[in-house]
Formats: sequence, structure tokens, C-alpha cells
Amino acid sequence: MADHNDLDHVTGKTTTGHEWDGIKELNTPLPRWWVITFYLTIVWAVGYWIVYPAWPMLWSNTTGLLHYSSRADVAVELANLEMIRGDRMVALGAAPLADIEKDPALLALARARGKTVFGDNCAPCHGSGAAGAKGYPNLNDDDWLWGGTLDQIMQTIQFGARSGHTKAHESAMLAFGKEGVLKKEQIVTVANYVRSLSGLSTSQGYDAAAGAKIFADNCVACHGDGGKGNQELGAPNLTDKIWLYGSDEATLIETITNGRGGVMPAWVGRLDPPTIKALAVYVHSLGGGK
Amino acid sequence: MNTTAPPIEVEIDDYGPLYAARKKVYPQSVSGTFRRIKWGLMAFCLGVYYLLPFVRWHRGLGAPDQAVLVDLPNSRFYFFFIELWPQEVYYFTGLLIVAAITLFLMNSIGGRIWCGYLCPQTVWTDLFYAVERMVEGDRRERMKKDAAKGTLKLQRFAEITLKHSIWLMIAWWTGGAWVLYFNDAPTLVKQLVTFQAPMLAYIWIGILTTTTYLLAGFMREQVCVYMCPWPRIQAALTDEWALNVTYKYDRGETRTSLKKANELRALGKAVGDCVDCYQCVAVCPTGIDIRDGAQLDCIQCGLCIDACDTVMKKIGRETRLIGYDNDINIQRRQAGKPPIYRIVRPRTIVYSALIATVGAIMLYALLTRSLLDVNVLHDRNPVAVKLSDGSIRNAYTVRLLNKRGFDRVIAIDIDGPANATVHVVGVDSVTPDRPMIVLGRDQTTELRLLVTAPSENNPEKSIPVRFRVTDIGLGEVASATDNFVTP
Ligand code: SF4
Ligand code: SF4
Repeated sequence: MADHNDLDHVTGKTTTGHEWDGIKELNTPLPRWWVITFYLTIVWAVGYWIVYPAWPMLWSNTTGLLHYSSRADVAVELANLEMIRGDRMVALGAAPLADIEKDPALLALARARGKTVFGDNCAPCHGSGAAGAKGYPNLNDDDWLWGGTLDQIMQTIQFGARSGHTKAHESAMLAFGKEGVLKKEQIVTVANYVRSLSGLSTSQGYDAAAGAKIFADNCVACHGDGGKGNQELGAPNLTDKIWLYGSDEATLIETITNGRGGVMPAWVGRLDPPTIKALAVYVHSLGGGK
Repeated sequence: MNTTAPPIEVEIDDYGPLYAARKKVYPQSVSGTFRRIKWGLMAFCLGVYYLLPFVRWHRGLGAPDQAVLVDLPNSRFYFFFIELWPQEVYYFTGLLIVAAITLFLMNSIGGRIWCGYLCPQTVWTDLFYAVERMVEGDRRERMKKDAAKGTLKLQRFAEITLKHSIWLMIAWWTGGAWVLYFNDAPTLVKQLVTFQAPMLAYIWIGILTTTTYLLAGFMREQVCVYMCPWPRIQAALTDEWALNVTYKYDRGETRTSLKKANELRALGKAVGDCVDCYQCVAVCPTGIDIRDGAQLDCIQCGLCIDACDTVMKKIGRETRLIGYDNDINIQRRQAGKPPIYRIVRPRTIVYSALIATVGAIMLYALLTRSLLDVNVLHDRNPVAVKLSDGSIRNAYTVRLLNKRGFDRVIAIDIDGPANATVHVVGVDSVTPDRPMIVLGRDQTTELRLLVTAPSENNPEKSIPVRFRVTDIGLGEVASATDNFVTP
């Protein structure tokens, strides 16, 4: 306790009675307004504890008189945001697909909305910039398995490919090797033939005529005469420079032996119609659309 | 603890309280040169502030007709013939730099003339004092009325009410004029009176009414002494040549009453001109005694000069016992040398040169400001795309700015990779490879641009590409450069 009778001789002031190594602490009170402010902050804090959630309990926390929750705040904000977006998304939903790109405002909205939704849902497979990866098509180029018009893109987004949806794109590349349709040497030969279709080099001594024959017998049904592909069946064009799984001989042999059948999920039911529309416009405007 | 030591005799400092209550200042009315300058500048500043929003400036259809307007919803700033866009805020940076250096220049020439004559705090406080004087009377009367506690008669009550009503009215007008800078003034005035104006307008009027009323009516000199940072900054900026309001102690000391001074003079003794009448103190709006020397609290309004000059004239001595001067001249006069005044010195030359330079840069930027602009951003992900025929495509986000007040048709061309073609998403090119788009007036538009080039003609990894946008009506051209990348 302070010893108020202990006078400091130099200043003539009382000391608190505390002493360290011969140095004594002068009794210099804080200004009154300072002390009052300090007490007020304490009162404020107590009030705060009561009014707002403050104390952690074992499994949760006190809820406070106001039952305030930042989570509820966020929910309200999000609902408001949806409401603000509502009108514009309705306009987007109502516009014919073909007209959206003609209207700068709608196009901007669709691109903005599409980009966000793409990032959340499509980027894991197609990449954030839709550049694709092995087995996952690049959506920026002009090669489309199932067609690149706005309608076709929307169709694919809605129902997917081999997704199990009744309207999904079906048909898959047959596993010619595994199913025993083609023998090992035949596969090598036809792989070389396919490479030649797009102007790639072939291995020495490969029999071009035999390759053409195997191709005509087994592959033309889907990939068409000359290997130009068929979007109805999702059969890739084998004469262009774009290869979904790779164009080297080993990859082609693997493809022909085991077949291919990449899956794209159906988004209908998971995304609302205007959003799917926005997504289609976004993907189309990436530059690959027809 | 050595308890046996004898008490040491020391003078005990009387530590004052940590905070002191304000002593109310009752500035007396005064007339003279500086008071007239102050009235003039007050009328000018307030006139500009209150009337500027009503000045019209015709800008054509759809554009606001207000000469000075901050159009927040559309992010535009209008100042007579100048229209600024958000990305041109650097003009304000320039303006702030010029303002700061001008303040330095003023300071190196005449001390705190900004504080004394032009600062809004000074102007409004001065106005409020004028009202107070008009309603309650001059210094003595006001002091007497304030001292007569507990005798608040009806007349006194009426006076106080009247004073505060006028103050509030001025404060309210001040807030009102403020919001007029943010919207078409005549329309907003109409809306305000019919209670149709946006809530925000009323809130801002409320805020500015309150601050004006408090700062000019009650805080007054305390703002200058305790709140404003400028006195500290200017104290560090000033030099020995700056002309500050100075009591010329070489002429003033020793002070004594007029009667005694005359007696002593008759005896051939040296006396100063100051007759210790305290007029300079009575008129001072910050309530200080300038004869104590230069001090932080002095806003250099020059009113004490007017007060003292009046006294000097009356007693037949030379005026300007207090005047704009500096210590060097006092020393020189004491040494019998003539005073010298140096306005042109390295410091003022540098400040003036800086102002001229920044001003010239701003003017140049303003005059050569492009009214058509293009910004290009290359797609990062992916940087390049290989198409089925083996050609390469790069995508760009292109932002076009049309700062003119009318729509225009813009053609986009590129100089870049050999045999390249351009496509704008959402635009069917009329002429092949030369997309045309309509740019709305006073607007920006963002486009997605695809540039495709056959790879065999363009073996390099990265080819510079220039985007040229041409207003096909006016022939105005803007361009931006980026790169075309091959994978
Ligand atoms: S001392 Fe003189 S110049 Fe300074 S504030 Fe007072 S009246 Fe104004
Ligand atoms: S007004 Fe002049 S004469 Fe009177 S006290 Fe001030 S300096 Fe001295």
C-alpha cells in the first residue's frame, strides 16, 4: 500500500512507497478525465459482454441479448446480393441465346457471371483459363468434340457426356485391343496411319495400305471417311492439329487398345438455367465457339 | 533508504494541472488596413464558396451544365472546360502538390498569411465574431454580460438566442452550399425545399452545419492552437527572412504610460513607443500578446497592427510599431543600419520554379489529353492457343475510352504478326479483319479481342503487336502495344 507520509525531499511530493534500487516512485495521479474514461471503458466492456456474444462455453458461446451473429449478417448480405442480381439474371434468362452476344450489356453480364461459375465448377477439369489438360478439352481452341455452336455448348453443359443423364452425349471409343477386335501389330499399323492423316511422321517400314484398310474396316464408322470426325458421336477429327490425349505413337496405341470415354457431368439441376446460359456464352466467347 | 539525511532546501516547482481550462477570448473590433484586407478576402472567399455551384457552363446534350461539379454516380469531375475521369485523378495529385508548395511560398514570404486571411477556419470564425459583435456588442460589453452571472434577463436571453440562430443559419447555408457541388444546384435546391432530395444530401448538410457551428462558434482559436498541424509544420519551414507579424521591441522598449513617457522624454531619457495600452492584445482573436515575441498561437492576421497603428497615430508617433517584419531588421536597426527586405531568395525561387514546373506539366497533360483511348491486357491463361489448322491465337481484353460527348464509330486494326486476323467477340466484322464498333459517348467499353495468325509465317516466340483504334468520323487515332506469343 502507498505510504503517504513518505515525502520525497527533492520534489516535495509524496511517494507511493515503492522502491527499486533506491529509486522511489513519486505519487503522480492520473488526470481525472483519464481515469473516468478508463472506468467508462470497463462499464462499456461489461455492457458489451451482455449485449453481444462474448463468452466461449464448452461447445458453443453465449449468444448475448441481441442474438447477433455475423453468419446471419452474411446470409442477409448474400440474399440482398441475389436480389440485386435477380433482375439482371432474369433478363439474361429471358433473352434468346443467340442475341446475348449482340447486346453488350448482356454479354458483359454473361461473361462476368460465366467466369465466376466456371471458376467454381469447371476449372478443376478444364483449368481456370479453360486451357484444358490431357483428356480435358481446351475450350479456347476451335476443335469441338460435340460441337461448338452456342446451342451445342449449352447442350453439353446441361447434360454432359456419359454422365448418366438420359439426354447426355453417349458413345465411347471402343477398346479395340482389349476387346480382341484388333491384334497388336494391327494397332501399331493403324496408329501410324492415323498419324499420317494429320501430317505427322510415321515409323519406318510401316504398311500404309494395310493401315488404310484397318482404318476403313474399323474406324470410319465413327471417325468418318478420311478421319474427319463426327460431332454427333463425339468422334474427334483425326486430321487436325489438336489431340485430346496426345498424338505420339505410344499414346495412340494406348487409345486404340483400351478405348477412351471421358466423362463430363450434367449441370442441369445443379446450376440454374440463366447461369448455365451465362456459362455457355462465356465458353463460347473464349474464342473457340463456332 | 537514508532516513537520517537532512532535508535539502529546494525551490519546489509548482506543477500545474495536466490540462488547463480555456480562457475565453473577447476580440475587440478594429479598423485599419489589414482589417479591410480581411473583410475583402472574406467576402471573396465566401462569395466563391456560396455562389460557384450556381455558375452554368454549357456542355451539350446529356452533359451537366454546372461549371463545377463532382458527379459521383458517374465518376466524373467537371471544372469549367475541364472534364476529368477517375483514371485522371493524378490531376488532383498535381493540384495538391501545387497547393502545398504555394503554401510553402506564402510562408517563406509572409509567414502564416494563409492562417490569417484565407483559412476557412479563420474566415468563418471571423464571420461568427462579426455576428457576435453585432448582436451582443463589442469586447467590453460582452465581457460584462458574461461576467454578470445569474442575471439572465429577457433581453440577454433574446440576444443569445438571436446570435445562435444566425450562427446556425450561416452554418446551415455552409452545409447546403457543400452538397450543391455534388449535384445540379438549382434542381437540388428545389428538391431540398420540397423534401425530395436524397437522404445523403440532408445528412451531409447536417454534418457540415454541425461542424461549422462548433468549429467557428465554439472551438475558434483552439482549432488553430491545438488541432491544426500547420503551425508546427510552418514553424519548421520558416526562415529568418519571412515577414511575420512582429513587435519591434527596438522601438517599443521600455514601455511605459504616455504621461510618464513624455516626462522622461522631456528629461532626454530613452523610452519606447509602446504605451502599454494593451490594444494589440484586446483585438487579438487568439488572445495573445504579440509583444512576447513570435509564438505558435499567432495566426498573423495583422489585426494587432491595425490596433497599434491607431494608437500610434493618436499619440503622434510613427506607425508600424507592430508590423510585418523579421528579427534581422530589428537587429540591423539597432545597429544603425537600414532594414532590408528580401523576397527573392533561393527558397522562394525554388518554390516558384516548382510551382511553375508542376503547373506546366499539368497544363501540358491537360492540353494533350486524349479523348479516345485504348488499353490492352493480354490473356494470361492460356497465353496462346493452337487451333486445329495449326495457326496460333492470342486473346486480349481491350478497353476503349470515349471521352467525347457523342457516340462514335471506331475501327480496330492491328500491326503485328504476318497475315493476322482480328475478331471481336460479339461483333460481326463488316469489312474482313477490321472490326467496327460503336462507342457510347462519355463511356468506356470492354471488348474481347482474338488475334489469329498462321504459325508458319510467324516463327518468333513473341511478336510485338500494336492495336490501333480509329474514329472513322474524326480520324482520331489511339493505340496501345502488347505482344503476340506463340506456344
Ligand atoms: S498577435 Fe496579432 S497577428 Fe497574431 S493573431 Fe493576434 S492579432 Fe493576429
Ligand atoms: S497596441 Fe501598440 S502601444 Fe498598445 S500595447 Fe500594443 S504594442 Fe503597445
